[in-house]
Amino acid sequence: MKKSNDPAELAAIARRMRRDVIEMITEARSGHPGGSLSAAEIVVTLFFDVMRHEPANPKWKDRDRFLLSKGHCCPVLYAVMAECGYCPKDRLNTLRKLGSMYQGHPDVRFLPALEASTGSLGQGLSLGIGMALAARLDQSPSRTYVVLGDGEIQEGQIWEAAMFGSYHRLDNIVAIVDYNGIQLDGFVKDIMDLEPLVEKWRSFGWHTIELNGHDIPALQKAFAEAATVKGKPTVIVAHTIKGKGVSFMENNPKFHGVAPTREEAARALQELA
Amino acid sequence: MPTAARYELKLGMATREAFGKALVELGRANPNVVVLDADLSKSTYTAGFAKEFPGRFFECGIAEANMMAIGAGLASAGKIPFASSFSAFALNKGFEQLRVTAAFPSVNLKVVGTHSGISIGEDGPSQMSIEDLSLACSLAGFTVLCPADEVAMTKLVAAAAEHIGPLFIRAGRSKAAIVYRPEQEFTIGRAVELQEGADVTLIATGLLVAESLRAAEALEAEGISARVLDLHTIKPLDRDAIARAARETGAIVVAEEHLVDGGLGVRVAQVVAQTHPAAMEFVGIRNTYAESGTPDELLDKYGLRSRDVAAAARRALERKR
Repeated sequence: MKKSNDPAELAAIARRMRRDVIEMITEARSGHPGGSLSAAEIVVTLFFDVMRHEPANPKWKDRDRFLLSKGHCCPVLYAVMAECGYCPKDRLNTLRKLGSMYQGHPDVRFLPALEASTGSLGQGLSLGIGMALAARLDQSPSRTYVVLGDGEIQEGQIWEAAMFGSYHRLDNIVAIVDYNGIQLDGFVKDIMDLEPLVEKWRSFGWHTIELNGHDIPALQKAFAEAATVKGKPTVIVAHTIKGKGVSFMENNPKFHGVAPTREEAARALQELA
Repeated sequence: MPTAARYELKLGMATREAFGKALVELGRANPNVVVLDADLSKSTYTAGFAKEFPGRFFECGIAEANMMAIGAGLASAGKIPFASSFSAFALNKGFEQLRVTAAFPSVNLKVVGTHSGISIGEDGPSQMSIEDLSLACSLAGFTVLCPADEVAMTKLVAAAAEHIGPLFIRAGRSKAAIVYRPEQEFTIGRAVELQEGADVTLIATGLLVAESLRAAEALEAEGISARVLDLHTIKPLDRDAIARAARETGAIVVAEEHLVDGGLGVRVAQVVAQTHPAAMEFVGIRNTYAESGTPDELLDKYGLRSRDVAAAARRALERKR
Protein backbone atom coordinates (compact mmCIF):
# COMPACT_ATOMS: atom_id res chain seq x y z
CA MET A 1 0.00 0.00 0.00
CA LYS A 2 1.08 3.56 -0.61
CA LYS A 3 0.65 5.85 2.36
CA SER A 4 0.08 9.57 1.96
CA ASN A 5 -0.22 12.65 4.11
CA ASP A 6 -1.56 14.75 1.28
CA PRO A 7 -5.10 15.80 2.20
CA ALA A 8 -6.17 15.96 -1.44
CA GLU A 9 -4.97 12.44 -2.06
CA LEU A 10 -6.65 11.19 1.11
CA ALA A 11 -9.88 12.93 0.10
CA ALA A 12 -9.73 11.17 -3.27
CA ILE A 13 -9.32 7.82 -1.51
CA ALA A 14 -12.27 8.61 0.78
CA ARG A 15 -14.36 9.35 -2.28
CA ARG A 16 -13.44 6.01 -3.82
CA MET A 17 -14.23 4.28 -0.54
CA ARG A 18 -17.68 5.86 -0.56
CA ARG A 19 -18.27 4.45 -4.02
CA ASP A 20 -17.21 1.01 -2.80
CA VAL A 21 -19.56 1.32 0.17
CA ILE A 22 -22.53 2.14 -2.06
CA GLU A 23 -21.72 -0.68 -4.48
CA MET A 24 -21.22 -3.24 -1.71
CA ILE A 25 -24.40 -2.41 0.18
CA THR A 26 -26.44 -2.22 -2.98
CA GLU A 27 -25.22 -5.63 -4.05
CA ALA A 28 -25.90 -7.02 -0.57
CA ARG A 29 -29.39 -5.43 -0.58
CA SER A 30 -28.98 -4.64 3.10
CA GLY A 31 -26.51 -2.86 5.33
CA HIS A 32 -25.77 0.49 6.89
CA PRO A 33 -24.73 3.14 4.39
CA GLY A 34 -25.21 6.29 6.49
CA GLY A 35 -22.62 5.61 9.17
CA SER A 36 -20.15 4.14 6.69
CA LEU A 37 -20.24 7.33 4.67
CA SER A 38 -19.92 9.56 7.74
CA ALA A 39 -16.77 7.76 8.92
CA ALA A 40 -14.93 7.66 5.58
CA GLU A 41 -12.40 10.47 6.22
CA ILE A 42 -11.72 9.21 9.75
CA VAL A 43 -10.97 5.66 8.64
CA VAL A 44 -9.02 6.69 5.54
CA THR A 45 -6.86 9.21 7.44
CA LEU A 46 -6.01 6.58 10.03
CA PHE A 47 -5.16 3.76 7.61
CA PHE A 48 -3.45 5.78 4.90
CA ASP A 49 -1.63 8.35 6.98
CA VAL A 50 -1.64 8.00 10.76
CA MET A 51 -1.38 4.35 11.68
CA ARG A 52 1.77 2.23 11.68
CA HIS A 53 0.71 -1.00 10.09
CA GLU A 54 1.81 -3.45 7.41
CA PRO A 55 -0.90 -5.15 5.36
CA ALA A 56 1.63 -7.79 4.30
CA ASN A 57 2.30 -8.58 7.96
CA PRO A 58 -1.09 -8.08 9.63
CA LYS A 59 -0.06 -9.64 12.94
CA TRP A 60 3.09 -7.54 13.35
CA LYS A 61 3.32 -7.24 17.13
CA ASP A 62 4.00 -3.52 17.31
CA ARG A 63 1.35 -2.47 14.80
CA ASP A 64 -1.17 0.20 15.63
CA ARG A 65 -4.61 -1.27 16.12
CA PHE A 66 -7.93 -0.15 14.71
CA LEU A 67 -11.28 -1.16 16.15
CA LEU A 68 -14.60 -0.33 14.57
CA SER A 69 -16.74 -0.46 17.66
CA LYS A 70 -19.75 0.58 15.60
CA GLY A 71 -19.40 -2.67 13.72
CA HIS A 72 -22.47 -2.19 11.55
CA CYS A 73 -20.49 0.36 9.54
CA CYS A 74 -18.04 -2.34 8.42
CA PRO A 75 -18.46 -1.67 4.68
CA VAL A 76 -16.19 1.37 4.95
CA LEU A 77 -13.67 -0.65 6.98
CA TYR A 78 -13.71 -3.52 4.46
CA ALA A 79 -13.30 -1.08 1.58
CA VAL A 80 -10.33 0.60 3.26
CA MET A 81 -8.72 -2.69 4.30
CA ALA A 82 -9.09 -3.97 0.75
CA GLU A 83 -7.60 -0.77 -0.62
CA CYS A 84 -4.65 -1.26 1.77
CA GLY A 85 -4.18 -4.82 0.53
CA TYR A 86 -5.38 -6.77 3.57
CA CYS A 87 -8.07 -8.53 1.60
CA PRO A 88 -9.26 -8.80 -1.99
CA LYS A 89 -11.06 -5.86 -3.54
CA ASP A 90 -12.73 -8.00 -6.16
CA ARG A 91 -14.70 -9.81 -3.48
CA LEU A 92 -16.09 -6.74 -1.72
CA ASN A 93 -19.37 -7.39 -3.49
CA THR A 94 -19.75 -10.64 -1.53
CA LEU A 95 -20.63 -8.51 1.51
CA ARG A 96 -23.17 -10.28 3.75
CA LYS A 97 -23.18 -13.42 1.60
CA LEU A 98 -22.80 -16.92 3.03
CA GLY A 99 -19.16 -17.71 3.72
CA SER A 100 -17.90 -14.27 2.75
CA MET A 101 -14.94 -12.79 4.59
CA TYR A 102 -17.02 -9.62 4.48
CA GLN A 103 -19.61 -10.60 7.07
CA GLY A 104 -22.53 -8.38 8.05
CA HIS A 105 -20.59 -7.28 11.11
CA PRO A 106 -16.80 -7.63 11.49
CA ASP A 107 -15.91 -11.23 12.27
CA VAL A 108 -12.30 -12.27 12.87
CA ARG A 109 -13.13 -15.86 12.05
CA PHE A 110 -13.71 -14.87 8.43
CA LEU A 111 -11.27 -11.96 8.19
CA PRO A 112 -8.37 -12.60 10.58
CA ALA A 113 -6.72 -9.27 9.75
CA LEU A 114 -9.45 -7.57 11.78
CA GLU A 115 -8.47 -6.76 15.35
CA ALA A 116 -11.81 -7.84 16.80
CA SER A 117 -15.29 -9.05 16.08
CA THR A 118 -17.64 -6.19 16.80
CA GLY A 119 -21.30 -5.54 16.30
CA SER A 120 -22.78 -5.60 19.76
CA LEU A 121 -22.52 -1.93 20.56
CA GLY A 122 -20.61 -0.55 23.51
CA GLN A 123 -17.78 -3.05 23.67
CA GLY A 124 -15.04 -1.75 21.37
CA LEU A 125 -13.58 0.79 23.76
CA SER A 126 -13.08 -1.86 26.45
CA LEU A 127 -11.47 -4.19 23.91
CA GLY A 128 -9.22 -1.38 22.74
CA ILE A 129 -8.23 -0.61 26.32
CA GLY A 130 -7.22 -4.24 26.78
CA MET A 131 -5.00 -4.01 23.70
CA ALA A 132 -3.55 -0.69 24.87
CA LEU A 133 -2.78 -2.19 28.30
CA ALA A 134 -1.00 -5.10 26.62
CA ALA A 135 1.05 -2.66 24.53
CA ARG A 136 2.03 -0.75 27.65
CA LEU A 137 3.06 -3.96 29.44
CA ASP A 138 5.15 -4.95 26.43
CA GLN A 139 6.64 -1.45 26.17
CA SER A 140 5.43 -1.47 22.59
CA PRO A 141 4.94 1.78 20.66
CA SER A 142 1.61 0.38 19.42
CA ARG A 143 -1.32 2.80 19.62
CA THR A 144 -4.97 1.81 19.51
CA TYR A 145 -7.71 3.69 17.68
CA VAL A 146 -11.37 2.99 18.37
CA VAL A 147 -14.19 4.45 16.29
CA LEU A 148 -17.40 4.77 18.28
CA GLY A 149 -20.86 5.54 17.04
CA ASP A 150 -22.68 8.40 18.70
CA GLY A 151 -25.76 6.35 19.47
CA GLU A 152 -23.43 3.63 20.69
CA ILE A 153 -22.13 5.72 23.56
CA GLN A 154 -25.55 5.55 25.15
CA GLU A 155 -24.31 2.15 26.31
CA GLY A 156 -23.13 2.24 29.92
CA GLN A 157 -20.09 0.11 29.21
CA ILE A 158 -18.57 2.97 27.22
CA TRP A 159 -18.47 5.05 30.37
CA GLU A 160 -17.08 2.18 32.42
CA ALA A 161 -14.30 2.02 29.86
CA ALA A 162 -13.91 5.80 29.87
CA MET A 163 -13.37 5.75 33.65
CA PHE A 164 -10.89 2.92 33.34
CA GLY A 165 -8.90 4.60 30.56
CA SER A 166 -8.28 7.81 32.45
CA TYR A 167 -7.81 6.19 35.86
CA HIS A 168 -5.15 3.89 34.42
CA ARG A 169 -3.56 6.86 32.60
CA LEU A 170 -3.64 5.15 29.22
CA ASP A 171 -2.18 7.57 26.71
CA ASN A 172 -1.78 5.09 23.87
CA ILE A 173 -5.47 4.91 22.98
CA VAL A 174 -7.63 7.33 21.00
CA ALA A 175 -11.40 7.13 20.77
CA ILE A 176 -13.10 8.83 17.86
CA VAL A 177 -16.82 9.53 18.18
CA ASP A 178 -18.45 9.63 14.75
CA TYR A 179 -20.97 12.23 15.83
CA ASN A 180 -23.34 12.12 12.86
CA GLY A 181 -26.40 12.75 15.01
CA ILE A 182 -28.53 9.88 13.74
CA GLN A 183 -29.25 6.42 15.08
CA LEU A 184 -31.65 3.73 13.97
CA ASP A 185 -34.84 5.17 15.41
CA GLY A 186 -34.10 8.78 14.44
CA PHE A 187 -32.03 11.75 15.57
CA VAL A 188 -29.79 11.12 18.57
CA LYS A 189 -31.00 14.29 20.26
CA ASP A 190 -34.57 12.97 20.13
CA ILE A 191 -33.73 9.50 21.38
CA MET A 192 -31.18 10.01 24.14
CA ASP A 193 -29.37 13.28 23.80
CA LEU A 194 -25.62 13.06 24.45
CA GLU A 195 -25.00 16.73 25.11
CA PRO A 196 -22.88 18.18 26.53
CA LEU A 197 -20.77 15.45 24.99
CA VAL A 198 -17.30 17.01 25.07
CA GLU A 199 -17.84 18.04 28.69
CA LYS A 200 -18.85 14.49 29.55
CA TRP A 201 -15.60 13.06 28.20
CA ARG A 202 -13.57 15.84 29.82
CA SER A 203 -15.19 15.16 33.17
CA PHE A 204 -14.26 11.51 32.72
CA GLY A 205 -10.63 12.58 32.52
CA TRP A 206 -10.03 12.39 28.79
CA HIS A 207 -8.15 14.88 26.66
CA THR A 208 -10.78 16.14 24.23
CA ILE A 209 -10.56 17.44 20.71
CA GLU A 210 -13.63 18.58 18.79
CA LEU A 211 -13.51 18.89 15.03
CA ASN A 212 -15.26 18.47 11.71
CA GLY A 213 -14.84 14.77 10.95
CA HIS A 214 -14.71 15.35 7.21
CA ASP A 215 -11.82 17.85 7.51
CA ILE A 216 -8.76 15.73 6.80
CA PRO A 217 -6.11 18.29 7.85
CA ALA A 218 -8.01 18.78 11.12
CA LEU A 219 -8.05 15.01 11.67
CA GLN A 220 -4.31 14.76 10.91
CA LYS A 221 -3.60 17.55 13.37
CA ALA A 222 -5.81 15.96 16.03
CA PHE A 223 -4.16 12.54 15.77
CA ALA A 224 -0.74 14.21 15.99
CA GLU A 225 -1.88 16.15 19.06
CA ALA A 226 -3.24 12.96 20.67
CA ALA A 227 0.18 11.32 20.23
CA THR A 228 1.78 14.07 22.34
CA VAL A 229 -0.69 13.85 25.24
CA LYS A 230 0.86 12.06 28.21
CA GLY A 231 -0.91 10.37 31.10
CA LYS A 232 -4.44 10.45 29.73
CA PRO A 233 -6.39 9.07 26.80
CA THR A 234 -7.72 11.25 24.02
CA VAL A 235 -11.18 11.39 22.53
CA ILE A 236 -11.90 13.11 19.25
CA VAL A 237 -15.50 14.21 18.99
CA ALA A 238 -15.87 14.32 15.23
CA HIS A 239 -18.90 16.17 13.95
CA THR A 240 -19.92 14.41 10.78
CA ILE A 241 -22.83 14.17 8.39
CA LYS A 242 -24.62 10.87 8.22
CA GLY A 243 -24.67 9.73 4.60
CA LYS A 244 -21.98 12.28 3.69
CA GLY A 245 -21.32 12.59 -0.02
CA VAL A 246 -24.69 11.43 -1.30
CA SER A 247 -27.20 14.29 -1.32
CA PHE A 248 -30.33 12.27 -0.63
CA MET A 249 -28.67 10.22 2.09
CA GLU A 250 -27.18 13.15 3.95
CA ASN A 251 -28.75 13.69 7.35
CA ASN A 252 -31.51 11.26 6.41
CA PRO A 253 -32.35 8.72 9.15
CA LYS A 254 -33.78 6.38 6.52
CA PHE A 255 -30.28 5.52 5.35
CA HIS A 256 -29.00 4.47 8.74
CA GLY A 257 -29.73 0.86 7.97
CA VAL A 258 -31.38 0.56 4.58
CA ALA A 259 -29.66 -0.27 1.31
CA PRO A 260 -30.24 2.00 -1.65
CA THR A 261 -32.26 0.69 -4.57
CA ARG A 262 -30.38 0.12 -7.84
CA GLU A 263 -31.71 3.43 -9.10
CA GLU A 264 -30.71 5.27 -5.93
CA ALA A 265 -27.31 3.62 -6.09
CA ALA A 266 -26.80 4.80 -9.64
CA ARG A 267 -27.59 8.36 -8.61
CA ALA A 268 -25.29 8.06 -5.60
CA LEU A 269 -22.42 6.78 -7.72
CA GLN A 270 -22.96 9.62 -10.15
CA GLU A 271 -22.67 12.12 -7.31
CA LEU A 272 -19.53 10.39 -6.10
CA ALA A 273 -17.95 10.13 -9.56
CA MET B 1 -11.31 -52.43 44.93
CA PRO B 2 -11.13 -48.95 46.45
CA THR B 3 -13.84 -48.20 48.97
CA ALA B 4 -15.35 -45.04 50.36
CA ALA B 5 -13.47 -45.51 53.61
CA ARG B 6 -10.31 -44.59 51.73
CA TYR B 7 -11.44 -40.98 51.70
CA GLU B 8 -10.86 -39.07 54.89
CA LEU B 9 -12.47 -35.97 53.47
CA LYS B 10 -10.72 -33.63 55.86
CA LEU B 11 -11.71 -30.01 55.49
CA GLY B 12 -9.18 -28.13 53.36
CA MET B 13 -9.09 -24.61 52.01
CA ALA B 14 -11.82 -23.08 49.89
CA THR B 15 -11.33 -23.56 46.17
CA ARG B 16 -11.24 -19.76 45.77
CA GLU B 17 -8.20 -19.65 48.05
CA ALA B 18 -6.52 -22.47 46.14
CA PHE B 19 -7.22 -20.50 42.96
CA GLY B 20 -5.49 -17.42 44.41
CA LYS B 21 -2.43 -19.42 45.40
CA ALA B 22 -2.26 -21.19 42.05
CA LEU B 23 -2.49 -17.85 40.30
CA VAL B 24 0.61 -16.57 42.08
CA GLU B 25 2.52 -19.70 41.02
CA LEU B 26 1.32 -19.15 37.49
CA GLY B 27 2.42 -15.53 37.63
CA ARG B 28 5.92 -16.61 38.62
CA ALA B 29 6.10 -19.18 35.85
CA ASN B 30 4.60 -17.19 33.02
CA PRO B 31 5.08 -13.44 32.53
CA ASN B 32 2.17 -13.38 30.07
CA VAL B 33 -0.36 -14.14 32.80
CA VAL B 34 -2.29 -11.03 33.81
CA VAL B 35 -5.19 -10.72 36.24
CA LEU B 36 -8.27 -8.52 36.33
CA ASP B 37 -10.66 -8.10 39.21
CA ALA B 38 -13.71 -5.97 39.92
CA ASP B 39 -13.22 -4.75 43.49
CA LEU B 40 -13.40 -8.22 45.01
CA SER B 41 -9.74 -9.21 45.03
CA LYS B 42 -9.71 -9.89 48.75
CA SER B 43 -12.66 -12.24 48.35
CA THR B 44 -11.64 -13.89 45.09
CA TYR B 45 -8.06 -14.20 46.41
CA THR B 46 -6.56 -12.47 43.40
CA ALA B 47 -5.08 -10.01 45.94
CA GLY B 48 -2.05 -12.30 46.33
CA PHE B 49 -1.26 -11.95 42.64
CA ALA B 50 -1.89 -8.20 42.83
CA LYS B 51 0.61 -7.89 45.65
CA GLU B 52 3.35 -9.84 43.94
CA PHE B 53 2.74 -8.58 40.40
CA PRO B 54 1.17 -5.12 40.69
CA GLY B 55 2.07 -4.28 37.10
CA ARG B 56 0.16 -7.27 35.79
CA PHE B 57 -2.93 -6.80 37.92
CA PHE B 58 -5.73 -4.56 36.71
CA GLU B 59 -8.30 -3.28 39.13
CA CYS B 60 -11.42 -2.62 37.07
CA GLY B 61 -13.65 -1.26 39.79
CA ILE B 62 -17.21 -2.48 40.05
CA ALA B 63 -17.70 -2.82 36.32
CA GLU B 64 -17.73 -6.46 35.29
CA ALA B 65 -18.91 -5.95 31.72
CA ASN B 66 -16.01 -3.63 31.03
CA MET B 67 -13.62 -6.03 32.75
CA MET B 68 -14.58 -8.95 30.53
CA ALA B 69 -14.11 -7.01 27.31
CA ILE B 70 -10.80 -5.54 28.52
CA GLY B 71 -9.74 -9.10 29.30
CA ALA B 72 -10.67 -10.11 25.78
CA GLY B 73 -8.60 -7.22 24.42
CA LEU B 74 -5.60 -8.29 26.49
CA ALA B 75 -6.02 -11.86 25.25
CA SER B 76 -6.26 -10.68 21.65
CA ALA B 77 -2.93 -8.96 22.15
CA GLY B 78 -1.26 -12.15 23.36
CA LYS B 79 -1.69 -12.04 27.13
CA ILE B 80 -3.22 -14.82 29.23
CA PRO B 81 -5.77 -12.91 31.28
CA PHE B 82 -7.63 -14.32 34.27
CA ALA B 83 -10.68 -12.15 35.00
CA SER B 84 -12.22 -12.83 38.36
CA SER B 85 -15.29 -11.85 40.31
CA PHE B 86 -18.10 -13.57 42.12
CA SER B 87 -19.64 -16.00 39.68
CA ALA B 88 -23.00 -14.27 40.00
CA PHE B 89 -21.49 -11.07 38.63
CA ALA B 90 -18.80 -12.43 36.33
CA LEU B 91 -21.29 -14.36 34.25
CA ASN B 92 -24.54 -12.50 34.71
CA LYS B 93 -23.13 -9.00 34.31
CA GLY B 94 -20.40 -9.96 31.90
CA PHE B 95 -22.34 -12.47 29.86
CA GLU B 96 -22.93 -10.50 26.71
CA GLN B 97 -19.31 -9.35 26.69
CA LEU B 98 -18.17 -12.94 27.12
CA ARG B 99 -20.37 -13.99 24.25
CA VAL B 100 -19.30 -11.35 21.76
CA THR B 101 -15.72 -10.52 22.75
CA ALA B 102 -14.51 -13.91 24.01
CA ALA B 103 -16.63 -16.85 22.87
CA PHE B 104 -17.53 -15.89 19.35
CA PRO B 105 -14.02 -14.86 18.23
CA SER B 106 -12.57 -17.66 20.46
CA VAL B 107 -10.27 -15.48 22.50
CA ASN B 108 -7.91 -16.90 25.12
CA LEU B 109 -9.68 -15.38 28.14
CA LYS B 110 -9.95 -17.22 31.45
CA VAL B 111 -12.89 -16.32 33.67
CA VAL B 112 -12.94 -17.39 37.28
CA GLY B 113 -16.18 -17.10 39.22
CA THR B 114 -15.87 -17.51 42.96
CA HIS B 115 -18.69 -17.68 45.52
CA SER B 116 -20.60 -20.13 43.35
CA GLY B 117 -23.55 -22.09 44.58
CA ILE B 118 -25.46 -21.53 47.80
CA SER B 119 -22.67 -22.52 50.18
CA ILE B 120 -21.53 -18.90 50.30
CA GLY B 121 -23.96 -18.65 53.20
CA GLU B 122 -25.12 -15.49 54.92
CA ASP B 123 -24.81 -13.04 52.02
CA GLY B 124 -27.90 -14.54 50.46
CA PRO B 125 -29.23 -15.22 46.98
CA SER B 126 -28.23 -12.02 45.16
CA GLN B 127 -24.61 -13.12 45.64
CA MET B 128 -25.21 -16.82 44.99
CA SER B 129 -24.60 -18.15 41.54
CA ILE B 130 -26.79 -21.14 40.84
CA GLU B 131 -26.93 -20.75 37.06
CA ASP B 132 -23.28 -20.09 36.18
CA LEU B 133 -22.57 -23.54 34.76
CA SER B 134 -25.59 -23.30 32.54
CA LEU B 135 -24.60 -19.85 31.31
CA ALA B 136 -20.96 -20.76 30.79
CA CYS B 137 -21.88 -23.93 28.89
CA SER B 138 -24.12 -21.90 26.61
CA LEU B 139 -21.08 -19.96 25.38
CA ALA B 140 -20.00 -21.86 22.28
CA GLY B 141 -16.38 -22.90 22.44
CA PHE B 142 -15.99 -22.28 26.16
CA THR B 143 -14.37 -24.91 28.36
CA VAL B 144 -16.05 -25.10 31.77
CA LEU B 145 -14.33 -26.41 34.89
CA CYS B 146 -15.63 -27.00 38.42
CA PRO B 147 -12.89 -28.32 40.71
CA ALA B 148 -13.93 -30.25 43.82
CA ASP B 149 -11.11 -29.33 46.18
CA GLU B 150 -7.85 -27.45 46.55
CA VAL B 151 -5.81 -30.10 44.76
CA ALA B 152 -8.12 -30.14 41.77
CA MET B 153 -8.23 -26.34 41.66
CA THR B 154 -4.45 -26.00 41.79
CA LYS B 155 -3.92 -28.49 38.98
CA LEU B 156 -6.79 -27.22 36.86
CA VAL B 157 -5.73 -23.57 37.09
CA ALA B 158 -2.38 -24.65 35.66
CA ALA B 159 -4.16 -26.67 32.97
CA ALA B 160 -6.38 -23.68 32.18
CA ALA B 161 -3.36 -21.49 31.52
CA GLU B 162 -1.96 -24.10 29.14
CA HIS B 163 -5.30 -24.54 27.38
CA ILE B 164 -5.79 -22.24 24.40
CA GLY B 165 -9.30 -20.80 24.20
CA PRO B 166 -11.95 -19.24 26.40
CA LEU B 167 -12.51 -21.00 29.69
CA PHE B 168 -14.53 -20.65 32.89
CA ILE B 169 -13.56 -21.97 36.31
CA ARG B 170 -16.11 -22.23 39.09
CA ALA B 171 -14.87 -21.74 42.63
CA GLY B 172 -16.54 -21.79 46.03
CA ARG B 173 -16.41 -19.61 49.10
CA SER B 174 -16.52 -22.14 51.91
CA LYS B 175 -13.82 -24.59 52.89
CA ALA B 176 -13.97 -27.73 50.80
CA ALA B 177 -13.28 -31.29 51.91
CA ILE B 178 -10.05 -32.63 50.48
CA VAL B 179 -10.81 -35.41 48.02
CA TYR B 180 -7.49 -35.79 46.24
CA ARG B 181 -3.94 -36.63 47.15
CA PRO B 182 -1.49 -33.95 46.06
CA GLU B 183 -0.05 -36.16 43.31
CA GLN B 184 -3.41 -36.62 41.51
CA GLU B 185 -3.25 -35.58 37.86
CA PHE B 186 -6.11 -33.97 35.96
CA THR B 187 -6.81 -33.73 32.27
CA ILE B 188 -9.37 -31.23 31.04
CA GLY B 189 -12.30 -33.20 29.64
CA ARG B 190 -11.51 -36.44 31.45
CA ALA B 191 -13.55 -37.47 34.48
CA VAL B 192 -11.85 -38.96 37.53
CA GLU B 193 -13.24 -42.25 38.77
CA LEU B 194 -12.94 -41.92 42.52
CA GLN B 195 -14.52 -45.22 43.32
CA GLU B 196 -15.46 -48.27 41.33
CA GLY B 197 -18.98 -49.57 41.59
CA ALA B 198 -21.41 -51.80 39.72
CA ASP B 199 -24.96 -50.93 40.82
CA VAL B 200 -25.25 -47.19 40.38
CA THR B 201 -23.01 -44.28 39.37
CA LEU B 202 -22.86 -41.04 41.32
CA ILE B 203 -21.70 -38.30 38.99
CA ALA B 204 -20.81 -35.14 40.86
CA THR B 205 -18.98 -31.85 40.55
CA GLY B 206 -17.66 -29.28 43.02
CA LEU B 207 -18.68 -29.68 46.66
CA LEU B 208 -21.04 -32.52 45.78
CA VAL B 209 -18.10 -34.79 44.98
CA ALA B 210 -17.28 -35.20 48.67
CA GLU B 211 -20.98 -35.56 49.47
CA SER B 212 -21.23 -38.29 46.84
CA LEU B 213 -18.26 -40.16 48.32
CA ARG B 214 -20.01 -40.06 51.69
CA ALA B 215 -23.21 -41.23 50.02
CA ALA B 216 -21.32 -44.12 48.40
CA GLU B 217 -20.07 -45.16 51.83
CA ALA B 218 -23.63 -45.16 53.19
CA LEU B 219 -24.88 -47.12 50.19
CA GLU B 220 -22.10 -49.64 50.59
CA ALA B 221 -23.34 -50.34 54.10
CA GLU B 222 -26.66 -51.27 52.49
CA GLY B 223 -24.93 -53.56 50.04
CA ILE B 224 -25.17 -51.16 47.13
CA SER B 225 -22.03 -50.73 45.09
CA ALA B 226 -21.80 -47.14 43.87
CA ARG B 227 -19.33 -45.84 41.35
CA VAL B 228 -18.30 -42.23 41.92
CA LEU B 229 -17.16 -39.97 39.10
CA ASP B 230 -15.84 -36.44 39.55
CA LEU B 231 -16.79 -34.43 36.49
CA HIS B 232 -14.47 -31.51 37.10
CA THR B 233 -14.91 -30.64 33.43
CA ILE B 234 -18.51 -29.72 32.71
CA LYS B 235 -17.69 -28.91 29.10
CA PRO B 236 -16.49 -30.71 27.11
CA LEU B 237 -18.05 -33.68 28.88
CA ASP B 238 -16.24 -36.98 29.25
CA ARG B 239 -18.77 -38.80 27.09
CA ASP B 240 -16.93 -42.12 27.31
CA ALA B 241 -16.94 -42.20 31.10
CA ILE B 242 -20.63 -41.30 31.17
CA ALA B 243 -21.61 -43.85 28.52
CA ARG B 244 -19.59 -46.52 30.28
CA ALA B 245 -21.26 -45.71 33.60
CA ALA B 246 -24.69 -45.89 31.98
CA ARG B 247 -23.91 -49.18 30.29
CA GLU B 248 -22.18 -50.83 33.22
CA THR B 249 -24.30 -49.62 36.14
CA GLY B 250 -27.64 -48.80 34.47
CA ALA B 251 -28.50 -46.14 37.06
CA ILE B 252 -27.08 -42.66 37.41
CA VAL B 253 -27.38 -39.83 39.90
CA VAL B 254 -26.00 -36.42 38.98
CA ALA B 255 -25.30 -34.09 41.90
CA GLU B 256 -24.37 -30.43 41.71
CA GLU B 257 -24.65 -27.20 43.67
CA HIS B 258 -26.56 -25.59 40.83
CA LEU B 259 -30.07 -25.33 39.45
CA VAL B 260 -31.12 -28.70 38.09
CA ASP B 261 -32.33 -26.78 35.05
CA GLY B 262 -29.42 -26.44 32.68
CA GLY B 263 -26.52 -27.64 34.80
CA LEU B 264 -24.37 -30.75 34.72
CA GLY B 265 -27.38 -33.04 35.14
CA VAL B 266 -29.10 -32.17 31.92
CA ARG B 267 -25.82 -32.34 30.06
CA VAL B 268 -25.12 -35.81 31.38
CA ALA B 269 -28.69 -36.85 30.59
CA GLN B 270 -28.14 -35.83 26.99
CA VAL B 271 -25.17 -38.18 26.71
CA VAL B 272 -27.00 -41.00 28.50
CA ALA B 273 -30.02 -40.60 26.21
CA GLN B 274 -27.78 -40.72 23.15
CA THR B 275 -25.62 -43.64 24.25
CA HIS B 276 -27.19 -46.01 26.74
CA PRO B 277 -30.51 -44.91 28.31
CA ALA B 278 -30.48 -45.55 32.06
CA ALA B 279 -32.52 -44.62 35.12
CA MET B 280 -31.43 -41.14 36.21
CA GLU B 281 -31.96 -38.91 39.22
CA PHE B 282 -30.82 -35.35 39.81
CA VAL B 283 -29.62 -33.65 42.97
CA GLY B 284 -29.51 -29.89 42.75
CA ILE B 285 -31.45 -26.72 43.42
CA ARG B 286 -35.01 -26.88 42.21
CA ASN B 287 -36.51 -23.82 40.58
CA THR B 288 -35.88 -21.47 43.46
CA TYR B 289 -33.39 -19.05 44.99
CA ALA B 290 -31.92 -19.79 48.39
CA GLU B 291 -31.64 -17.47 51.40
CA SER B 292 -29.29 -16.35 54.15
CA GLY B 293 -27.99 -18.97 56.56
CA THR B 294 -24.83 -20.85 57.38
CA PRO B 295 -23.44 -22.92 54.53
CA ASP B 296 -24.30 -26.12 56.40
CA GLU B 297 -27.86 -25.02 57.09
CA LEU B 298 -28.32 -24.10 53.45
CA LEU B 299 -26.89 -27.33 52.07
CA ASP B 300 -29.19 -29.22 54.43
CA LYS B 301 -32.29 -27.22 53.62
CA TYR B 302 -31.83 -27.24 49.86
CA GLY B 303 -31.07 -30.93 49.65
CA LEU B 304 -27.41 -30.99 48.70
CA ARG B 305 -26.11 -33.49 51.23
CA SER B 306 -24.84 -37.04 51.05
CA ARG B 307 -28.21 -38.29 52.33
CA ASP B 308 -29.90 -36.56 49.39
CA VAL B 309 -27.48 -38.19 46.97
CA ALA B 310 -28.01 -41.60 48.60
CA ALA B 311 -31.80 -41.21 48.51
CA ALA B 312 -31.59 -40.28 44.83
CA ALA B 313 -29.49 -43.40 44.21
CA ARG B 314 -32.11 -45.59 45.85
CA ARG B 315 -34.82 -44.01 43.68
CA ALA B 316 -32.79 -44.60 40.56
CA LEU B 317 -32.13 -48.19 41.58
CA GLU B 318 -35.85 -48.80 42.03
CA ARG B 319 -36.45 -47.78 38.46
CA LYS B 320 -33.48 -49.67 37.05
CA ARG B 321 -34.38 -52.78 35.03
